[in-house]
Amino acid sequence: MSNAPSHLKYAKSHEWVESVSDDTYRIGISDHAQDLLGDMVFIELPEVGQALSAQDECAVVESVKAASDVYSPLSGEVVAINEELVENPDLVNRDAYGDGWLFTVKASDLSELEALMSAAEYIELNSDDDH
Amino acid sequence: MGAKTALYQEHLNLGAKVVDFAGWDMPLHYGSQVEEHYKVRGDSGMFDVSHMTFVDLKGDRVRAFLCYLLANNVDRLKSPGQALYTCMLNEQGGVVDDLIVYYFDEGRFRMVVNAGTHDKDMAWIEHHAASFDVSVEELTDVALLAVQGPEARNKVHDLLSPVQREKAEALAPFNAVESEGFFISRTGYTGEDGYEVMVPADQAVDFWRRLHSIGVHPVGLGARDTLRLEAGMDLYSAEMDEETSPLEAGLKWTVAWEPQDRNFIGREALEPQYNAIPARKLVGLILDGRGVLRGHQRVIVDGEVVGEVTSGSFSPTLGKAIALARVPYDVSGQVLVEMRGKQLPARVVKPPFVRHGKACFE
Repeated sequence: MSNAPSHLKYAKSHEWVESVSDDTYRIGISDHAQDLLGDMVFIELPEVGQALSAQDECAVVESVKAASDVYSPLSGEVVAINEELVENPDLVNRDAYGDGWLFTVKASDLSELEALMSAAEYIELNSDDDH
Repeated sequence: MGAKTALYQEHLNLGAKVVDFAGWDMPLHYGSQVEEHYKVRGDSGMFDVSHMTFVDLKGDRVRAFLCYLLANNVDRLKSPGQALYTCMLNEQGGVVDDLIVYYFDEGRFRMVVNAGTHDKDMAWIEHHAASFDVSVEELTDVALLAVQGPEARNKVHDLLSPVQREKAEALAPFNAVESEGFFISRTGYTGEDGYEVMVPADQAVDFWRRLHSIGVHPVGLGARDTLRLEAGMDLYSAEMDEETSPLEAGLKWTVAWEPQDRNFIGREALEPQYNAIPARKLVGLILDGRGVLRGHQRVIVDGEVVGEVTSGSFSPTLGKAIALARVPYDVSGQVLVEMRGKQLPARVVKPPFVRHGKACFE
């Protein structure tokens, strides 16, 4: 069973969202997602300054097994990216909710947060995959 | 729920991610397939390959039968324990399966064939064995552990009885020996030295645990694939199948054309192609940029699709993507490979990519 910290919000497409300050949110992929994909070998990130709409494909995580698109759960502007991942993509495997974060956005529409799931809802969503 | 090897519970105990492979529940990895890959290249790893099919062939005319059944020439096997890699062809010259055949004595040979082709292989072998009065016996109460890597032989030696150890230490590559219930073969599918050790099923758990206790790392099917790909080894159903000639799968060296009077299944169909330049060939590809080559991606030269990737993955040893691809015979230098809507340049090289832990392509 993969873990899903309760202070985060989750998207159906397996991204997590963490509040950093009032309107700034850090985004990554869940432990469940990294576990399904296996060893990461390349991560493509958006550019700082890039404008995103919610559901935009804005990053790619590629593992030994498959390439997978990452969708931004929120609209806004990219204000930081995790450049460590260029050299160390396995940070996503080792620490999906910490050092394996992907990018940070300054959100333009906080109501989009309401469409996201709680940890309990996200775990429930994935329960079919786990047995 | 699929079939389970004698080591299934061991895999679960070690935290394996289990997947279906040809009807068997097999370990894909035990946490990180890239780590497992490095263990085999740098030290030693062990694979449960008990799902493969083991067939003993017995009878007075078994050598004559195999000279007819197999495209490589079993007459190359002269001393007991020698092994030979070969294709088994159909009448059209396509590949029914690839396999290793071992010689024990004039009354007994052994073949190890793929799990994914079990049913059709058994039917094919039994069909042709009948007219040679050869009996076909599948071994089901055994386990096969592949122990591979630069330290693999030393580690296995430490677990063998004095008699087994002496015989194993004397083995040349591609030779095997039976001793005290074990069948020890100096073969593998990784490009490293090592053994494939067949043991009675009821001794498999003990042997596996003893290997683990002396630092042999468990390795799943994920790393098995990246290891064999780096070593430039074909995988049945990816590089070749019943529609593909071994001459277009980089396996011409395994088709023994001499002596001319040896009639083997598929020979007649291959005859016109054998000394001609084939339409297509199997090459290695290296992607120097970011991204991963994968099976069925299209290969493009001068704006035209000319072939496709047969197997592709990320090479942990090289830190970039590699592939085998089938392309027209005259392709060389650089090609484009289509992936995720983009066309990325890849270098054409001659496999293998890695030998004994180091890059070796041309």
